[in-house]
Amino acid sequence: MIEVDGLRMRYGTRDVLHDVSFRARQGEVVALLGPNGAGKTTTIEILEGFRMRSAGRVTVLGTDPAHGDERWRARLGVVLQSWRDHGKWRVRELLAYLGGYYARYGRNMDPDELIAAVGLTDQAHQQVRRLSGGQRRRLDVAIGIVGRPEVLFLDEPTAGFDPQARREFHDLVQRLADEHGTTVLLTTHDLDEAERLAGRIVILSGGRIVADGTTAALARQIAGRDEVRWTLGGQRFIELTDRSTRFVFDLFREHGDSVADLEVRRSSLEDAYLALVRRAELSGAAR
Amino acid sequence: MTTVRSGLRQGLIELRQSFTGGELIGNLFWPLATLVAIFLLRHRPVDGTELGLGTLVLPGVLGMFVALGMLLIVQHLTADREDGTLLRARAIPDGVRGYLIGKLVTVSATVLAYLAILLVPGMLVVDGFRLGDIAWPTLAWVLLLGLVATQSAGAILGALLRSSRGAGMLSVPILALIAISGIFYPVSALPRWLEWVAQAFPVYWLGLGMRSALLPDAAAAVEIGGTWRHLETAAVLGAWAVAGLVVAPLVLRRMARRESGSRVAERREQTLQRVG
Repeated sequence: MIEVDGLRMRYGTRDVLHDVSFRARQGEVVALLGPNGAGKTTTIEILEGFRMRSAGRVTVLGTDPAHGDERWRARLGVVLQSWRDHGKWRVRELLAYLGGYYARYGRNMDPDELIAAVGLTDQAHQQVRRLSGGQRRRLDVAIGIVGRPEVLFLDEPTAGFDPQARREFHDLVQRLADEHGTTVLLTTHDLDEAERLAGRIVILSGGRIVADGTTAALARQIAGRDEVRWTLGGQRFIELTDRSTRFVFDLFREHGDSVADLEVRRSSLEDAYLALVRRAELSGAAR
Repeated sequence: MTTVRSGLRQGLIELRQSFTGGELIGNLFWPLATLVAIFLLRHRPVDGTELGLGTLVLPGVLGMFVALGMLLIVQHLTADREDGTLLRARAIPDGVRGYLIGKLVTVSATVLAYLAILLVPGMLVVDGFRLGDIAWPTLAWVLLLGLVATQSAGAILGALLRSSRGAGMLSVPILALIAISGIFYPVSALPRWLEWVAQAFPVYWLGLGMRSALLPDAAAAVEIGGTWRHLETAAVLGAWAVAGLVVAPLVLRRMARRESGSRVAERREQTLQRVG
Protein backbone atom coordinates (compact mmCIF):
# COMPACT_ATOMS: atom_id res chain seq x y z
CA MET A 1 0.00 0.00 0.00
CA ILE A 2 2.76 2.40 0.99
CA GLU A 3 6.36 1.89 -0.08
CA VAL A 4 9.11 4.33 0.72
CA ASP A 5 12.67 3.68 -0.42
CA GLY A 6 15.65 5.92 0.18
CA LEU A 7 13.51 9.03 0.58
CA ARG A 8 15.49 12.24 0.89
CA MET A 9 14.34 15.79 1.39
CA ARG A 10 16.55 18.83 1.29
CA TYR A 11 15.62 22.44 1.99
CA GLY A 12 18.35 24.68 0.69
CA THR A 13 21.49 23.13 2.12
CA ARG A 14 19.79 21.37 5.02
CA ASP A 15 18.72 17.74 4.74
CA VAL A 16 15.58 17.08 6.73
CA LEU A 17 15.12 13.47 5.61
CA HIS A 18 18.02 11.09 5.06
CA ASP A 19 17.45 7.79 3.36
CA VAL A 20 14.05 7.04 4.88
CA SER A 21 12.62 3.62 3.95
CA PHE A 22 9.59 1.79 5.27
CA ARG A 23 6.46 -0.01 4.15
CA ALA A 24 2.84 -0.35 5.19
CA ARG A 25 0.66 -3.28 4.13
CA GLN A 26 -3.08 -3.31 3.65
CA GLY A 27 -5.07 -2.95 6.86
CA GLU A 28 -1.94 -2.17 8.82
CA VAL A 29 -1.77 0.76 11.23
CA VAL A 30 1.74 2.21 11.16
CA ALA A 31 2.85 4.97 13.49
CA LEU A 32 5.60 7.37 12.51
CA LEU A 33 6.91 8.20 15.95
CA GLY A 34 9.44 10.86 16.76
CA PRO A 35 10.12 14.11 18.55
CA ASN A 36 9.13 17.44 17.02
CA GLY A 37 11.26 18.33 14.04
CA ALA A 38 12.10 14.71 13.28
CA GLY A 39 10.64 14.98 9.77
CA LYS A 40 7.32 13.22 10.36
CA THR A 41 5.14 15.88 8.77
CA THR A 42 7.49 16.31 5.83
CA THR A 43 7.35 12.57 5.21
CA ILE A 44 3.59 12.38 5.38
CA GLU A 45 3.16 15.45 3.15
CA ILE A 46 5.33 13.82 0.50
CA LEU A 47 3.19 10.70 0.67
CA GLU A 48 0.02 12.77 0.40
CA GLY A 49 1.39 14.36 -2.77
CA PHE A 50 1.44 17.84 -1.23
CA ARG A 51 5.20 18.20 -1.34
CA MET A 52 7.91 17.26 -3.83
CA ARG A 53 10.75 15.09 -2.61
CA SER A 54 14.42 15.58 -3.39
CA ALA A 55 15.25 11.92 -4.04
CA GLY A 56 14.12 8.38 -3.45
CA ARG A 57 11.32 6.11 -4.59
CA VAL A 58 7.85 6.53 -3.11
CA THR A 59 4.62 4.80 -4.05
CA VAL A 60 1.21 5.01 -2.42
CA LEU A 61 -1.35 2.54 -3.78
CA GLY A 62 1.12 1.77 -6.54
CA THR A 63 1.34 5.39 -7.70
CA ASP A 64 4.05 7.97 -7.25
CA PRO A 65 2.34 10.71 -5.19
CA ALA A 66 4.15 13.38 -7.23
CA HIS A 67 2.14 12.24 -10.26
CA GLY A 68 -1.05 11.06 -8.60
CA ASP A 69 -4.25 11.90 -10.50
CA GLU A 70 -7.71 12.59 -9.11
CA ARG A 71 -8.72 8.94 -9.32
CA TRP A 72 -5.74 8.11 -7.11
CA ARG A 73 -6.57 10.94 -4.75
CA ALA A 74 -10.10 9.60 -4.37
CA ARG A 75 -8.64 6.52 -2.67
CA LEU A 76 -6.79 8.52 -0.01
CA GLY A 77 -7.92 10.19 3.15
CA VAL A 78 -5.95 13.09 4.58
CA VAL A 79 -6.14 14.53 8.07
CA LEU A 80 -3.61 17.28 8.62
CA GLN A 81 -2.27 18.62 11.90
CA SER A 82 -4.72 21.46 12.15
CA TRP A 83 -7.62 22.61 10.06
CA ARG A 84 -9.57 25.81 10.53
CA ASP A 85 -11.38 25.76 7.21
CA HIS A 86 -15.10 25.97 6.44
CA GLY A 87 -15.85 27.59 9.80
CA LYS A 88 -19.20 28.95 8.68
CA TRP A 89 -20.43 25.63 7.31
CA ARG A 90 -22.62 23.29 9.25
CA VAL A 91 -21.28 19.83 10.06
CA ARG A 92 -23.73 17.74 8.07
CA GLU A 93 -23.84 20.19 5.20
CA LEU A 94 -20.04 20.09 4.87
CA LEU A 95 -19.83 16.29 4.97
CA ALA A 96 -22.62 15.93 2.41
CA TYR A 97 -20.94 18.49 0.16
CA LEU A 98 -17.47 16.94 0.38
CA GLY A 99 -18.94 13.45 -0.02
CA GLY A 100 -20.37 14.64 -3.33
CA TYR A 101 -16.86 14.77 -4.78
CA TYR A 102 -16.44 11.04 -4.16
CA ALA A 103 -19.84 10.10 -5.60
CA ARG A 104 -18.52 9.74 -9.15
CA TYR A 105 -15.92 7.30 -7.82
CA GLY A 106 -18.69 5.40 -6.04
CA ARG A 107 -16.98 5.81 -2.69
CA ASN A 108 -18.99 8.38 -0.74
CA MET A 109 -20.30 7.51 2.70
CA ASP A 110 -23.75 8.45 3.90
CA PRO A 111 -23.27 11.66 5.90
CA ASP A 112 -25.55 10.64 8.76
CA GLU A 113 -23.82 7.29 9.14
CA LEU A 114 -20.49 9.07 9.13
CA ILE A 115 -21.60 11.64 11.70
CA ALA A 116 -22.80 8.85 13.97
CA ALA A 117 -19.52 6.97 13.51
CA VAL A 118 -17.49 9.91 14.79
CA GLY A 119 -20.02 10.76 17.49
CA LEU A 120 -21.14 14.15 16.23
CA THR A 121 -24.86 13.45 15.88
CA ASP A 122 -25.76 16.16 18.38
CA GLN A 123 -23.61 18.66 16.50
CA ALA A 124 -24.82 17.75 13.01
CA HIS A 125 -26.43 21.13 12.43
CA GLN A 126 -23.93 23.20 14.35
CA GLN A 127 -21.50 25.58 12.67
CA VAL A 128 -18.03 24.10 12.36
CA ARG A 129 -16.37 27.03 14.13
CA ARG A 130 -18.51 26.43 17.21
CA LEU A 131 -17.21 22.88 17.72
CA SER A 132 -14.82 22.14 20.58
CA GLY A 133 -11.25 21.12 19.76
CA GLY A 134 -12.00 17.41 20.10
CA GLN A 135 -15.21 17.66 18.08
CA ARG A 136 -13.44 19.59 15.35
CA ARG A 137 -10.78 16.90 15.19
CA ARG A 138 -13.39 14.18 14.87
CA LEU A 139 -14.97 16.16 12.06
CA ASP A 140 -11.53 16.28 10.40
CA VAL A 141 -11.36 12.51 10.62
CA ALA A 142 -14.91 12.23 9.28
CA ILE A 143 -13.84 14.32 6.28
CA GLY A 144 -10.75 12.15 5.95
CA ILE A 145 -12.86 9.01 5.63
CA VAL A 146 -15.87 10.40 3.74
CA GLY A 147 -14.54 8.74 0.57
CA ARG A 148 -13.93 5.33 2.23
CA PRO A 149 -10.17 5.66 1.76
CA GLU A 150 -7.90 2.69 1.23
CA VAL A 151 -5.07 4.66 2.80
CA LEU A 152 -5.65 7.17 5.58
CA PHE A 153 -3.01 9.68 6.65
CA LEU A 154 -3.32 11.18 10.11
CA ASP A 155 -0.85 13.85 11.13
CA GLU A 156 -0.71 14.30 14.93
CA PRO A 157 -4.36 13.35 15.17
CA THR A 158 -4.83 13.73 18.92
CA ALA A 159 -2.71 16.76 19.74
CA GLY A 160 -4.63 18.79 22.31
CA PHE A 161 -7.11 16.03 23.21
CA ASP A 162 -8.24 15.24 26.72
CA PRO A 163 -7.84 11.56 27.74
CA GLN A 164 -11.51 10.76 27.09
CA ALA A 165 -11.46 12.24 23.57
CA ARG A 166 -8.20 10.44 22.94
CA ARG A 167 -9.64 7.07 23.91
CA GLU A 168 -12.69 7.57 21.65
CA PHE A 169 -10.45 8.60 18.83
CA HIS A 170 -8.28 5.52 19.21
CA ASP A 171 -11.37 3.30 19.08
CA LEU A 172 -12.45 5.02 15.89
CA VAL A 173 -9.12 4.48 14.14
CA GLN A 174 -8.99 0.88 15.33
CA ARG A 175 -12.45 0.21 13.87
CA LEU A 176 -11.43 1.68 10.54
CA ALA A 177 -8.44 -0.61 10.23
CA ASP A 178 -10.24 -3.70 11.53
CA GLU A 179 -13.59 -3.40 9.81
CA HIS A 180 -12.71 -1.67 6.57
CA GLY A 181 -9.16 -2.86 6.00
CA THR A 182 -8.00 0.75 5.79
CA THR A 183 -4.25 1.21 5.86
CA VAL A 184 -3.48 3.94 8.36
CA LEU A 185 -0.29 5.94 8.60
CA LEU A 186 -0.25 8.28 11.55
CA THR A 187 2.38 10.52 13.03
CA THR A 188 2.70 11.14 16.73
CA HIS A 189 5.29 12.17 19.25
CA ASP A 190 3.45 10.21 21.90
CA LEU A 191 4.84 6.70 22.37
CA ASP A 192 1.82 5.63 24.35
CA GLU A 193 -0.45 6.50 21.46
CA ALA A 194 1.79 4.71 18.98
CA GLU A 195 1.80 1.59 21.15
CA ARG A 196 -1.94 1.63 21.59
CA LEU A 197 -2.87 2.20 17.97
CA ALA A 198 -0.19 0.87 15.74
CA GLY A 199 0.68 -2.65 14.78
CA ARG A 200 4.02 -1.31 13.75
CA ILE A 201 6.06 1.66 14.85
CA VAL A 202 8.63 3.47 12.76
CA ILE A 203 10.77 5.77 14.89
CA LEU A 204 12.06 8.83 13.14
CA SER A 205 14.65 11.08 14.69
CA GLY A 206 16.67 13.83 13.07
CA GLY A 207 15.34 12.82 9.67
CA ARG A 208 16.48 9.20 9.98
CA ILE A 209 14.70 6.01 10.82
CA VAL A 210 16.24 4.72 14.02
CA ALA A 211 13.92 1.75 14.61
CA ASP A 212 11.12 -0.07 12.80
CA GLY A 213 9.07 -3.00 14.03
CA THR A 214 6.05 -4.28 15.93
CA THR A 215 5.66 -2.97 19.43
CA ALA A 216 6.89 -6.26 20.87
CA ALA A 217 9.83 -6.51 18.51
CA LEU A 218 10.72 -2.93 19.20
CA ALA A 219 10.71 -3.59 22.91
CA ARG A 220 13.04 -6.55 22.35
CA GLN A 221 15.17 -4.66 19.89
CA ILE A 222 15.72 -1.42 21.72
CA ALA A 223 14.45 -1.83 25.26
CA GLY A 224 17.19 -2.17 27.85
CA ARG A 225 17.38 -4.85 30.54
CA ASP A 226 15.22 -5.09 33.62
CA GLU A 227 16.68 -3.82 36.87
CA VAL A 228 16.53 -5.96 40.05
CA ARG A 229 17.43 -4.43 43.42
CA TRP A 230 17.57 -6.19 46.76
CA THR A 231 19.43 -6.22 50.06
CA LEU A 232 21.12 -9.18 51.61
CA GLY A 233 22.62 -9.02 55.08
CA GLY A 234 22.33 -5.24 55.12
CA GLN A 235 24.11 -4.86 51.80
CA ARG A 236 22.49 -3.41 48.67
CA PHE A 237 22.66 -5.15 45.31
CA ILE A 238 21.65 -4.13 41.78
CA GLU A 239 21.53 -6.47 38.84
CA LEU A 240 20.60 -5.78 35.20
CA THR A 241 19.11 -8.79 33.50
CA ASP A 242 17.09 -9.87 30.47
CA ARG A 243 15.19 -12.45 32.49
CA SER A 244 14.24 -10.80 35.74
CA THR A 245 11.66 -13.40 36.82
CA ARG A 246 14.11 -16.26 36.48
CA PHE A 247 16.78 -14.24 38.23
CA VAL A 248 14.56 -13.54 41.23
CA PHE A 249 13.56 -17.20 41.44
CA ASP A 250 17.22 -18.19 41.55
CA LEU A 251 17.90 -15.49 44.09
CA PHE A 252 15.32 -16.86 46.50
CA ARG A 253 16.38 -20.44 45.93
CA GLU A 254 19.90 -19.54 46.87
CA HIS A 255 19.27 -17.19 49.79
CA GLY A 256 15.77 -17.99 50.97
CA ASP A 257 14.09 -15.40 53.14
CA SER A 258 17.25 -13.47 53.89
CA VAL A 259 16.58 -11.55 50.68
CA ALA A 260 14.92 -8.25 51.57
CA ASP A 261 13.72 -4.98 49.94
CA LEU A 262 13.22 -6.67 46.58
CA GLU A 263 12.42 -4.36 43.69
CA VAL A 264 12.04 -5.30 40.03
CA ARG A 265 11.83 -2.53 37.48
CA ARG A 266 10.77 -3.73 34.04
CA SER A 267 12.50 -1.92 31.25
CA SER A 268 9.92 0.21 29.49
CA LEU A 269 9.70 0.97 25.83
CA GLU A 270 9.37 4.57 26.87
CA ASP A 271 12.80 4.67 28.51
CA ALA A 272 14.20 2.94 25.48
CA TYR A 273 12.51 5.39 23.12
CA LEU A 274 13.80 8.39 25.01
CA ALA A 275 17.29 6.90 25.10
CA LEU A 276 17.10 6.22 21.39
CA VAL A 277 15.98 9.73 20.55
CA ARG A 278 18.65 11.20 22.79
CA ARG A 279 21.30 9.04 21.13
CA ALA A 280 20.14 10.07 17.68
CA GLU A 281 20.18 13.72 18.66
CA LEU A 282 23.69 13.43 20.05
CA SER A 283 25.03 11.73 16.98
CA GLY A 284 23.18 14.26 14.84
CA ALA A 285 24.85 17.09 16.72
CA ALA A 286 28.24 15.45 16.37
CA ARG A 287 27.86 15.18 12.61
CA MET B 1 -20.52 17.05 -14.28
CA THR B 2 -20.62 16.14 -10.61
CA THR B 3 -17.76 18.57 -10.07
CA VAL B 4 -19.87 21.36 -11.52
CA ARG B 5 -22.75 20.30 -9.31
CA SER B 6 -20.48 20.31 -6.25
CA GLY B 7 -19.26 23.76 -7.21
CA LEU B 8 -22.82 25.03 -7.57
CA ARG B 9 -23.72 23.56 -4.22
CA GLN B 10 -20.75 25.24 -2.58
CA GLY B 11 -21.65 28.54 -4.22
CA LEU B 12 -25.24 28.44 -3.01
CA ILE B 13 -24.25 27.48 0.53
CA GLU B 14 -21.69 30.27 0.70
CA LEU B 15 -24.19 32.71 -0.76
CA ARG B 16 -26.63 31.84 2.00
CA GLN B 17 -23.83 32.33 4.54
CA SER B 18 -23.00 35.79 3.25
CA PHE B 19 -26.60 36.94 3.31
CA THR B 20 -27.54 35.71 6.77
CA GLY B 21 -26.52 36.79 10.26
CA GLY B 22 -23.77 39.34 10.81
CA GLU B 23 -22.48 39.14 7.24
CA LEU B 24 -25.78 40.40 5.91
CA ILE B 25 -25.15 43.82 7.43
CA GLY B 26 -21.71 44.08 5.85
CA ASN B 27 -23.07 42.97 2.52
CA LEU B 28 -25.99 45.38 2.54
CA PHE B 29 -24.01 48.38 3.71
CA TRP B 30 -22.27 49.40 0.49
CA PRO B 31 -25.16 48.99 -1.93
CA LEU B 32 -27.48 50.83 0.46
CA ALA B 33 -24.97 53.62 1.13
CA THR B 34 -24.54 54.01 -2.63
CA LEU B 35 -28.28 54.12 -3.04
CA VAL B 36 -28.59 56.90 -0.49
CA ALA B 37 -25.88 58.92 -2.27
CA ILE B 38 -27.66 58.48 -5.59
CA PHE B 39 -30.93 59.53 -3.99
CA LEU B 40 -29.39 62.73 -2.65
CA LEU B 41 -27.80 63.54 -6.02
CA ARG B 42 -30.82 62.69 -8.13
CA HIS B 43 -31.82 66.25 -9.09
CA ARG B 44 -28.38 67.76 -9.61
CA PRO B 45 -28.22 68.79 -13.29
CA VAL B 46 -25.46 67.66 -15.67
CA ASP B 47 -24.28 69.72 -18.66
CA GLY B 48 -25.31 68.42 -22.04
CA THR B 49 -28.30 66.37 -20.91
CA GLU B 50 -31.64 66.83 -19.22
CA LEU B 51 -31.12 63.77 -17.02
CA GLY B 52 -30.26 64.30 -13.36
CA LEU B 53 -26.90 63.19 -11.97
CA GLY B 54 -28.54 60.35 -10.04
CA THR B 55 -30.02 58.95 -13.23
CA LEU B 56 -26.64 59.06 -14.99
CA VAL B 57 -24.71 57.58 -12.08
CA LEU B 58 -26.97 54.65 -11.18
CA PRO B 59 -26.17 52.48 -14.25
CA GLY B 60 -22.46 53.18 -13.90
CA VAL B 61 -22.59 52.17 -10.27
CA LEU B 62 -24.08 48.84 -11.32
CA GLY B 63 -21.04 48.40 -13.54
CA MET B 64 -18.79 49.31 -10.63
CA PHE B 65 -20.33 46.64 -8.43
CA VAL B 66 -19.75 44.06 -11.16
CA ALA B 67 -16.11 45.13 -11.19
CA LEU B 68 -15.94 44.86 -7.41
CA GLY B 69 -16.53 41.14 -7.90
CA MET B 70 -12.82 41.16 -8.72
CA LEU B 71 -11.98 42.26 -5.18
CA LEU B 72 -14.38 39.71 -3.74
CA ILE B 73 -12.63 36.88 -5.55
CA VAL B 74 -9.25 38.13 -4.36
CA GLN B 75 -10.51 38.28 -0.77
CA HIS B 76 -11.97 34.78 -0.97
CA LEU B 77 -8.83 33.27 -2.44
CA THR B 78 -6.42 34.84 0.03
CA ALA B 79 -8.62 34.12 3.05
CA ASP B 80 -9.23 30.53 1.95
CA ARG B 81 -5.54 29.93 1.57
CA GLU B 82 -4.91 31.26 5.05
CA ASP B 83 -7.49 29.09 6.79
CA GLY B 84 -6.73 25.95 4.78
CA THR B 85 -9.93 25.78 2.73
CA LEU B 86 -7.93 25.59 -0.46
CA LEU B 87 -5.69 22.86 0.90
CA ARG B 88 -8.79 20.93 1.88
CA ALA B 89 -9.95 21.25 -1.71
CA ARG B 90 -6.60 19.89 -2.79
CA ALA B 91 -6.97 16.83 -0.58
CA ILE B 92 -10.29 15.98 -2.25
CA PRO B 93 -10.54 14.49 -5.75
CA ASP B 94 -11.44 17.22 -8.28
CA GLY B 95 -11.69 19.45 -5.24
CA VAL B 96 -9.75 22.44 -6.57
CA ARG B 97 -11.85 22.60 -9.73
CA GLY B 98 -15.06 22.35 -7.74
CA TYR B 99 -13.79 24.96 -5.31
CA LEU B 100 -13.08 27.46 -8.08
CA ILE B 101 -16.42 26.88 -9.77
CA GLY B 102 -18.01 27.40 -6.38
CA LYS B 103 -16.18 30.68 -5.87
CA LEU B 104 -17.29 32.00 -9.26
CA VAL B 105 -20.87 31.05 -8.40
CA THR B 106 -20.66 32.66 -4.96
CA VAL B 107 -19.16 35.89 -6.23
CA SER B 108 -21.35 36.15 -9.33
CA ALA B 109 -24.46 35.55 -7.26
CA THR B 110 -23.32 38.07 -4.66
CA VAL B 111 -22.74 40.62 -7.43
CA LEU B 112 -26.19 39.91 -8.90
CA ALA B 113 -27.71 40.33 -5.46
CA TYR B 114 -25.96 43.71 -5.15
CA LEU B 115 -27.33 44.71 -8.53
CA ALA B 116 -30.85 43.78 -7.52
CA ILE B 117 -30.50 45.68 -4.25
CA LEU B 118 -29.36 48.74 -6.23
CA LEU B 119 -31.58 48.50 -9.23
CA VAL B 120 -35.00 47.76 -7.77
CA PRO B 121 -35.17 50.62 -5.24
CA GLY B 122 -32.97 52.73 -7.53
CA MET B 123 -35.56 52.72 -10.27
CA LEU B 124 -38.18 53.88 -7.80
CA VAL B 125 -36.27 56.79 -6.32
CA VAL B 126 -34.47 58.05 -9.43
CA ASP B 127 -36.43 59.55 -12.31
CA GLY B 128 -36.08 58.51 -15.88
CA PHE B 129 -36.12 54.72 -15.53
CA ARG B 130 -38.82 52.42 -16.71
CA LEU B 131 -38.56 48.67 -16.77
CA GLY B 132 -39.86 48.71 -20.33
CA ASP B 133 -37.00 50.94 -21.47
CA ILE B 134 -34.22 48.62 -20.30
CA ALA B 135 -32.36 46.96 -23.14
CA TRP B 136 -32.23 43.52 -21.49
CA PRO B 137 -30.11 41.79 -24.16
CA THR B 138 -27.47 44.53 -23.88
CA LEU B 139 -27.60 44.29 -20.10
CA ALA B 140 -27.15 40.52 -20.31
CA TRP B 141 -24.08 40.48 -22.52
CA VAL B 142 -22.37 43.35 -20.76
CA LEU B 143 -23.01 41.63 -17.46
CA LEU B 144 -21.78 38.25 -18.64
CA LEU B 145 -18.59 39.56 -20.26
CA GLY B 146 -18.02 41.83 -17.28
CA LEU B 147 -18.39 39.05 -14.73
CA VAL B 148 -15.99 36.77 -16.61
CA ALA B 149 -13.45 39.51 -17.28
CA THR B 150 -13.32 40.89 -13.76
CA GLN B 151 -13.46 37.60 -11.89
CA SER B 152 -10.80 35.87 -13.95
CA ALA B 153 -8.59 38.91 -13.38
CA GLY B 154 -9.47 38.70 -9.69
CA ALA B 155 -8.58 35.02 -9.59
CA ILE B 156 -5.17 35.77 -11.11
CA LEU B 157 -4.48 38.54 -8.61
CA GLY B 158 -5.78 36.42 -5.74
CA ALA B 159 -3.46 33.59 -6.71
CA LEU B 160 -0.44 35.87 -6.95
CA LEU B 161 -0.99 37.75 -3.70
CA ARG B 162 0.52 36.14 -0.66
CA SER B 163 -1.76 37.26 2.12
CA SER B 164 -5.07 38.86 2.95
CA ARG B 165 -3.13 41.97 3.85
CA GLY B 166 -2.02 42.15 0.22
CA ALA B 167 -5.67 41.84 -0.76
CA GLY B 168 -6.49 44.81 1.44
CA MET B 169 -3.84 46.94 -0.22
CA LEU B 170 -5.14 45.98 -3.63
CA SER B 171 -8.32 47.94 -3.02
CA VAL B 172 -6.36 51.21 -3.28
CA PRO B 173 -5.46 50.94 -6.99
CA ILE B 174 -8.89 49.50 -7.73
CA LEU B 175 -10.64 52.43 -6.09
CA ALA B 176 -8.36 54.77 -8.04
CA LEU B 177 -9.40 52.97 -11.21
CA ILE B 178 -13.05 53.38 -10.33
CA ALA B 179 -12.50 57.07 -9.61
CA ILE B 180 -11.22 57.68 -13.15
CA SER B 181 -13.64 55.31 -14.84
CA GLY B 182 -16.38 57.76 -15.69
CA ILE B 183 -18.88 56.26 -13.32
CA PHE B 184 -19.36 59.33 -11.16
CA TYR B 185 -18.67 61.96 -13.81
CA PRO B 186 -17.99 61.80 -17.54
CA VAL B 187 -14.57 60.44 -18.44
CA SER B 188 -14.21 63.23 -21.01
CA ALA B 189 -13.75 65.64 -18.10
CA LEU B 190 -10.40 63.97 -17.34
CA PRO B 191 -7.00 64.83 -18.85
CA ARG B 192 -6.42 63.04 -22.14
CA TRP B 193 -3.88 60.49 -20.80
CA LEU B 194 -6.09 59.49 -17.86
CA GLU B 195 -8.92 59.03 -20.30
CA TRP B 196 -6.77 56.47 -22.11
CA VAL B 197 -5.77 54.74 -18.90
CA ALA B 198 -9.42 54.44 -17.90
CA GLN B 199 -10.31 52.93 -21.25
CA ALA B 200 -7.68 50.21 -20.92
CA PHE B 201 -9.53 48.66 -17.97
CA PRO B 202 -12.89 46.89 -17.78
CA VAL B 203 -14.42 49.22 -15.18
CA TYR B 204 -14.98 52.04 -17.65
CA TRP B 205 -16.54 49.74 -20.23
CA LEU B 206 -18.77 48.09 -17.65
CA GLY B 207 -20.08 51.52 -16.68
CA LEU B 208 -20.56 52.50 -20.30
CA GLY B 209 -22.26 49.22 -21.17
CA MET B 210 -24.62 49.54 -18.24
CA ARG B 211 -25.51 53.12 -19.17
CA SER B 212 -26.22 52.03 -22.70
CA ALA B 213 -28.55 49.34 -21.44
CA LEU B 214 -30.43 51.48 -18.94
CA LEU B 215 -30.46 55.07 -20.24
CA PRO B 216 -32.29 56.53 -23.21
CA ASP B 217 -30.16 56.78 -26.35
CA ALA B 218 -30.03 60.56 -26.10
CA ALA B 219 -27.85 60.19 -23.02
CA ALA B 220 -25.01 58.89 -25.22
CA ALA B 221 -24.36 62.52 -26.14
CA VAL B 222 -22.12 62.97 -23.08
CA GLU B 223 -20.01 59.88 -23.84
CA ILE B 224 -16.73 59.85 -25.78
CA GLY B 225 -17.60 60.13 -29.46
CA GLY B 226 -21.24 60.74 -28.55
CA THR B 227 -22.22 57.05 -29.00
CA TRP B 228 -22.48 53.93 -26.81
CA ARG B 229 -19.59 52.23 -28.66
CA HIS B 230 -20.99 48.72 -28.24
CA LEU B 231 -18.41 47.20 -30.51
CA GLU B 232 -15.52 48.61 -28.54
CA THR B 233 -17.19 47.63 -25.27
CA ALA B 234 -17.52 44.03 -26.42
CA ALA B 235 -13.98 44.04 -27.76
CA VAL B 236 -12.31 45.33 -24.58
CA LEU B 237 -14.38 43.31 -22.12
CA GLY B 238 -14.04 40.27 -24.39
CA ALA B 239 -10.27 40.68 -24.57
CA TRP B 240 -10.03 40.84 -20.78
CA ALA B 241 -12.29 37.82 -20.46
CA VAL B 242 -10.31 35.72 -22.94
CA ALA B 243 -6.95 36.72 -21.48
CA GLY B 244 -8.26 35.94 -18.00
CA LEU B 245 -9.63 32.57 -19.01
CA VAL B 246 -6.29 31.62 -20.56
CA VAL B 247 -4.02 32.85 -17.78
CA ALA B 248 -6.15 32.17 -14.68
CA PRO B 249 -6.07 28.35 -14.83
CA LEU B 250 -2.26 28.39 -15.18
CA VAL B 251 -1.76 30.68 -12.20
CA LEU B 252 -4.39 28.93 -10.11
CA ARG B 253 -2.89 25.52 -10.79
CA ARG B 254 0.49 26.78 -9.65
CA MET B 255 -1.09 28.28 -6.55
CA ALA B 256 -2.88 25.05 -5.64
CA ARG B 257 0.21 22.95 -6.26
CA ARG B 258 2.15 24.95 -3.71
CA GLU B 259 -0.32 24.44 -0.90
CA SER B 260 0.66 22.11 1.95
CA GLY B 261 -0.08 21.79 5.61
CA SER B 262 3.21 23.35 6.63
CA ARG B 263 2.54 26.32 4.37
CA VAL B 264 -0.86 26.91 5.94
CA ALA B 265 0.73 26.66 9.39
CA GLU B 266 3.46 29.10 8.36
CA ARG B 267 0.95 31.65 7.14
CA ARG B 268 -1.08 31.30 10.30
CA GLU B 269 2.01 32.02 12.35
CA GLN B 270 2.68 35.17 10.31
CA THR B 271 -0.91 36.29 10.77
CA LEU B 272 -0.73 35.72 14.51
CA GLN B 273 2.50 37.69 14.74
CA ARG B 274 0.88 40.54 12.88
CA VAL B 275 -2.11 40.55 15.18
CA GLY B 276 -0.13 39.97 18.38
